[in-house]
Amino acid sequence: MPSIPATADTLLDIESLSVRFATPEGEIAAVNEFSLRVAPGECVGVVGESGAGKSQSFLAIMGLLASNARVDGKVRFEGKELLGSSRAALNAVRGSRMAMIFQDPMTSLTPHIKVGEQIGESLVAHRKVSPAQARARALELLNRVHVTDAERRLGQYPHELSGGMRQRVMIAVALACDPVMLIADEPTTALDVTIQAQILALLAELKREQGVGMVLITHDLGVIAGIADRVAVMYGGRVIEQGPVRDVLKAPRHPYTRALIASMPRVDDAADKPLLTIAGQPPNPRTLPSGCAFHPRCTVGDAVCKAERPPLRESPRPNGAQGYVACHFPLYEDGAPARERTP
Amino acid sequence: MMRYALRRLGGVIPTLFIIITLSFFVIRLAPGGPFDEEQALPPEIKANLEAAYGLDKPLYEQYVRYLGGLVQGDFGPSFKFKDFSVTELIAQGLPISLLLGFSAVLLAMMVGIPLGTLAALRQNSPTDYSIMSLAVLGIALPSFVTGPLVALVFGLYLRWLPVAGWETGQLRYLVLPVITLALPVIAYIARLTRGSLLEVLRTNFVRTARAKGLPEYRVILRHALRPALLPVVSYLGPATAFVVTGSLVVETVFGLPGSGRYLVQGAINRDYTLVMGMIVVYGSLTLMCNLVADLLYGWLDPRVRYD
Amino acid sequence: MTEAVIVAGAPADQVSSRGFWADAWRRLKRNKASMVSATVIILIAIVAFGGPHLSPHAFDAIDWENMAVPPGGPNDHWLGTDRLGRDLYVRTLNGVQISLQIGLLATFVSLLIGVTFGATAGYVGGRIDNLMMRFVDILYSLPYIFIVIILSTMFERGNIYVLFLAIGAVGWLTMARIVRGQTLSLKRKEFIEAALASGVSTPAILARHIIPNVIGPVIIYATLTIPQMILFESFLSFLGLGVQEPQASLGSLINEGAQEMESAVWMLLVPASFLVTLLTCFNFLGDGLRDALDPRDR
Repeated sequence: MPSIPATADTLLDIESLSVRFATPEGEIAAVNEFSLRVAPGECVGVVGESGAGKSQSFLAIMGLLASNARVDGKVRFEGKELLGSSRAALNAVRGSRMAMIFQDPMTSLTPHIKVGEQIGESLVAHRKVSPAQARARALELLNRVHVTDAERRLGQYPHELSGGMRQRVMIAVALACDPVMLIADEPTTALDVTIQAQILALLAELKREQGVGMVLITHDLGVIAGIADRVAVMYGGRVIEQGPVRDVLKAPRHPYTRALIASMPRVDDAADKPLLTIAGQPPNPRTLPSGCAFHPRCTVGDAVCKAERPPLRESPRPNGAQGYVACHFPLYEDGAPARERTP
Repeated sequence: MMRYALRRLGGVIPTLFIIITLSFFVIRLAPGGPFDEEQALPPEIKANLEAAYGLDKPLYEQYVRYLGGLVQGDFGPSFKFKDFSVTELIAQGLPISLLLGFSAVLLAMMVGIPLGTLAALRQNSPTDYSIMSLAVLGIALPSFVTGPLVALVFGLYLRWLPVAGWETGQLRYLVLPVITLALPVIAYIARLTRGSLLEVLRTNFVRTARAKGLPEYRVILRHALRPALLPVVSYLGPATAFVVTGSLVVETVFGLPGSGRYLVQGAINRDYTLVMGMIVVYGSLTLMCNLVADLLYGWLDPRVRYD
Repeated sequence: MTEAVIVAGAPADQVSSRGFWADAWRRLKRNKASMVSATVIILIAIVAFGGPHLSPHAFDAIDWENMAVPPGGPNDHWLGTDRLGRDLYVRTLNGVQISLQIGLLATFVSLLIGVTFGATAGYVGGRIDNLMMRFVDILYSLPYIFIVIILSTMFERGNIYVLFLAIGAVGWLTMARIVRGQTLSLKRKEFIEAALASGVSTPAILARHIIPNVIGPVIIYATLTIPQMILFESFLSFLGLGVQEPQASLGSLINEGAQEMESAVWMLLVPASFLVTLLTCFNFLGDGLRDALDPRDR
């Protein structure tokens, strides 16, 4: 474990989180030694392909995993340990201090409850406000997330709203109790491109104006480019690179991050430029490759990578910013692997 | 919603018509008649009887006459209960049968839904296993076995409740019949509730509700239970049919003067009009219950559209 | 990407289906309740058909010395006698025989009609399918017992086998629905299209591809139909519409027993316990088969 210095104002401090699922076919390690710190007002992007363990990590923190999951590690939020705390203690935090925005707003809202009640009910639960107050606040929140015709929407069912509208409602639900921490799990995946941009703008606005700490989980580097301060890249249930978003995007240290960036289509690409893809399949958490989980798809490494798993090491940026990478042959600013420079 | 209900109600009538027509001809075409008794009647008396009941007319004429009577609420005379019309017989017995049936369905929901919920929330625990094993037993046991057994234990041995009879409509005479009738429905509803609640508990919106930090009882009662009850509501239609069937037995076992036994007696005696009357009444009852179950479904799930 | 790797088609289906049956059998063997139930059913069947020969009494012989004697008395009526002094052991086992025969007979008839009707409706599709299923819907909306009672008025009392041919003949509704649904989804599969394209005739496709592929759900439902038919027989006999005196059926024995339960409780308990055991075992077996053949539903 690299020692990431704790700052005085760490909001969420995840240390060595691991998530395992017991299945009839054996145990699956979904997340391994996941560590991350989020400061107030900071936005951290967590990026990776599906199955990399992004969502599972944060569902574990919120106590939302299925009963066959085993979670180890430490998660301190506002100084209090979340893992292993009672349901009552957990309920005092989630929805109130820390809220989650889910992907797929189609299925994440209760179909038979009107939008207004779904937004207001966490207020009723946490703040013991009257239904009338909850309703007034719900209206305010719908306006806050730029839902048009908010008054009428309060009395509608989720299926009567459009996809983008539903995602705004999801965000309003999360904002109801003015949380200091927001976890957004693929908040734009299910949406049209134009709506995606609007939702991202809304999240950026919340971060700017309300100073909430934010974790943005996505498989799409483009999503975090404009909004995140730092980024953690996950592969095979582990963080393999971490650093300021600008530095990581500009000069990735891990070959996987580089491949991920290369596979992003860009507006300024020539029309006939072939779309790069990463060869091979994302690893199956049931049968993770030995050593570095990325080695079967990596174009850089050698036999060492198959034999030995590289630890997450500190790897400061030339500008002095913090950075971490888990690779035997990290790439340097010139983009070339520098074996001789490996410690 | 109202228009949808009316249109569905309209759809019931053709179905009922087909049922009436089919059963009318099937019953009349069957060999043997109401006046074929062990000691054969003299032919002229039999002919007189048949003429009196219009059985000598061509079949289609009997059919038209029967339909004409039905429209006016007249089910015709009973062939065996000579002093009564079928309408009178049914009017006497039906209230008791309805009371019995509806109490049983109500009891089944009040017991079955909580049991199924409990089993789902304690999935794979001893509680779950014992509730589900009892449910298999409850579904497998027919009411003509549970009825006498319940009467034996609670009536004869423990002497808590009357074994049988119906004295001036005292409610305690209904307790054992209602329990007997409800047992398999309880078992079935508990199983349905458990299965669908387990499914609903895995949905995204229940996860959202938990992420809001709502107390668990609110997650279950407000968010999860209503969609989980959809299959139970769909089952209410078949359940009514089931209860109707069961009431035939339960009324026999417990000696209740309901209308169910008329169907059986009518069938034994080849009392055409009585059997037909029972089919019309119970058939429309079943169709109505299916309709109510459909409407209830729409109320529980606002995504159902009425067009 | 992944979809491209899995080659759809008949060969793949056949290969996986052999593994499927082995898998299902393995899962069924692990289900203790089902295996015990299957064993009990076989034992009851052996006893029911072999047992009566061991007793010196005939099912309708009246023993004037031993009327309404309880089981285990100083006589050779092992399970006691009824109020006419007829041997309950022989009568009950005769009843079990009738139950099993009728359960199988009626299930077989309903299977035959249901599979043919459902497969045809699902395969032909269009307006004919609509019409056929509308017919099923109408029959469905009437409580099944009504149809059974109407039928029982049609047939001469006592000819229970003819009656149950008829009951089986209307008991195919659920089966038809299940098979139709399966057929509809199968019809869109590539290997059926391939067979069609190569000019295989409709009956041949039904017989060779559709019916073998719907066999799983059909087995499950047939196993659950047997206890249902057994139940109908005893139900009708209980009401006096089925098996007639002096023949015995579990239902008529239970009816007699219920009337005598204050003085002779064994007359109720003996046939009731056989019926309950039989029904419970068939239900457990059906549940086990469903879990084994449809692993999604665990």
